[in-house]
Amino acid sequence: MARAASTQRKVTVTIVAWVVALVIFFPILWTVLTSFKSEGDAINISHFFQTPWSIESYFEVQSRSDYFRHFFNSVIISVGSTLLALLFSIPAAWSMAFAPTSRTRDIMMWMLSTKMMPAVGVLVPIYLIFKTLGLLDNAWGLMIVLMLMNLPIVIWMLYTYFKEIPVDILEAARMDGATLGKELVYVLVPMAVPGIASTLLLNIILAWNEAFWTLNLTAANAAPLTAFIASYSSPEGLFWAKLSAASTLAIAPILVLGWISQKQLVRGLTFGAVK
Amino acid sequence: MKFVPVLAGALLVALASSASAETLTIATVNNGDMIRMQKLTDDFTKDNPDIQLQWVTLEENVLRQKVTTDIATKGGQYDIITIGTYEVPIWAKQNWLVPLDKLGADYDVDDLLPAIRGGLSVDGKLYAAPFYGESSMVMYRKDLMEKAGLTMPDAPTWDFIRQAADKMTDRANGINGICLRGKAGWGENMAFLTAMSNSFGARWFDEKWTPQFDQPEWKDTLQFYVDMMKADGPDGASNNGFNENLALFQQGKCGMWIDATVAASFVTGKDSTVADKVGFALAPDKGLGKRGNWLWAWSLAVPAGSQKVDAAEKFISWATSKHYEELVASKEGWANVPPGTRTSLYNNPEYQKAAPFAKMTLDSINAADPTHPTVKPVPYVGVQFVAIPEFEGIGTTVGQLFSAALAGQSSVDDALKQAQDVTTREMQKAGYL
Repeated sequence: MARAASTQRKVTVTIVAWVVALVIFFPILWTVLTSFKSEGDAINISHFFQTPWSIESYFEVQSRSDYFRHFFNSVIISVGSTLLALLFSIPAAWSMAFAPTSRTRDIMMWMLSTKMMPAVGVLVPIYLIFKTLGLLDNAWGLMIVLMLMNLPIVIWMLYTYFKEIPVDILEAARMDGATLGKELVYVLVPMAVPGIASTLLLNIILAWNEAFWTLNLTAANAAPLTAFIASYSSPEGLFWAKLSAASTLAIAPILVLGWISQKQLVRGLTFGAVK
Repeated sequence: MKFVPVLAGALLVALASSASAETLTIATVNNGDMIRMQKLTDDFTKDNPDIQLQWVTLEENVLRQKVTTDIATKGGQYDIITIGTYEVPIWAKQNWLVPLDKLGADYDVDDLLPAIRGGLSVDGKLYAAPFYGESSMVMYRKDLMEKAGLTMPDAPTWDFIRQAADKMTDRANGINGICLRGKAGWGENMAFLTAMSNSFGARWFDEKWTPQFDQPEWKDTLQFYVDMMKADGPDGASNNGFNENLALFQQGKCGMWIDATVAASFVTGKDSTVADKVGFALAPDKGLGKRGNWLWAWSLAVPAGSQKVDAAEKFISWATSKHYEELVASKEGWANVPPGTRTSLYNNPEYQKAAPFAKMTLDSINAADPTHPTVKPVPYVGVQFVAIPEFEGIGTTVGQLFSAALAGQSSVDDALKQAQDVTTREMQKAGYL
């Protein structure tokens, strides 16, 4: 009986998991399908699958805007901001994990609390600072802002991974005469590679999808794929097929990256969850 | 090693030539006319090789937010911005825009439609040049009207519209007598309802900026709208904006649709299943001297932070000139010329022939007067909006209240009372009262 109940449970869980996954994936699937329709057929839901398929929207999108320029900006900004974030967060997470003080917990909570502030609240001050420093419409400026935005999450994630590493190993390295820098580079980082990799991937995804700062602080030169998508949305005119084609092109690279690295991501995100 | 000085010389020449070229960054909205202009700019750069163009195309709400931030902080990211009739008077008064007085001798500023020009001028100075203008009008299905045994007059009344909507509604066949905006927003349902209220004799504020939602004219407007939409409108109308209604109309599910004149080319275009059955009429009235249509123009302006004012004006002059209209006509036909900005276009027999909705568009635009939008006097400019900075916030809140009344979540009386309260509070806060 116990086995029967367990099988029944497994089936139920599997069905629920599939339904949830399909519900989450459906908007993406529909966007991809719509991108292969003409504008007229894209809104004709009742005959959606009977009408012909075409790649016309992709040609129009490519002829109107420079996809690759936006793509390269997205790559530079997301990878750059992630590397910058790791540069600052590895030493920060090390100190919090291995040399905590009575205030460490408070500092970590405070860092997290900065994520609770709506971004628009600091738009004008940041804009003015960027204007003064000449960082408007500049990839470096966006790397810095996105790095600052994701820093609390990155530090928190790395802190969780570092806590899993036995402090004795670091102490042994110190006994052998390793300096702080060597301890970080040659002992801690190699041991925490899986954790750092998943943090890196998650941060790239967050930076890739960020649409508030990337839209507001760029104009033409540093505009990433978020601006590319925004140029196809219109309150007066049904351009759903072109918008869907632009969206598909924008999410495709990150979707592929997520697909390839899903094991790493899941492992990283659930690391330390069960003890 | 002789090639080194040669190389250095070539580099210097290249640097010098690139330094002399000015790059204009142009922020614009995503609509057919603007996209077409981007494709035709070779005509401009050919005559102005020292000016290069760089485009930033965005959805209009995103664009408004970005451009407002940039212009308020004098960020100088853009040399030319695309703005609507709502922003022009407000921004011009803030000295955020450069007056356009160097458009050239052959620009013929007097050819601009007076209603449009009035909305873009402050103290007689033009602060933005109209690229395309639009009003609103009735689009209807001629076949369904005939079936209902009615004939649409060129200038219908609201009572006729109600009668026609009742007769055209055929729920069994999925036909809604009328489709109107219901989605909340100052540029969504409030654009329509404010214009409609003008024809009912209502106004947002009296001469002393006291809100007027407690007056019978607003009650008549909102009650009429809600009753008609409940009887003859589509399901879920409180979520419908321009695009949702366009989709319904194109699929033959609306008998009538009152919305922007720009929709005319869509409902008669290749994506429409009812393209050959569409008729046009002026927006309805109530016999009080004002029609329920709005007036909007997407216009090009130079922000005060730009360092390239002369080049920017040169481009604006090109993009809004008669020459540009002829250029579009020669490449893509007269029907694709941006409408609603110049009188000469509407006198052009070729345009009249190519665009069957031309006369209705012109009559609709001429029927709206942004400086005298209402039956009773008002202290503000604007037909479907009030050109004060506070309107975006107030208009959207009131839009939410009216959308809730349409959805049946509150009564018309409650919605109006709350609208009066919230508007009074905001106007007190802003120092008008």
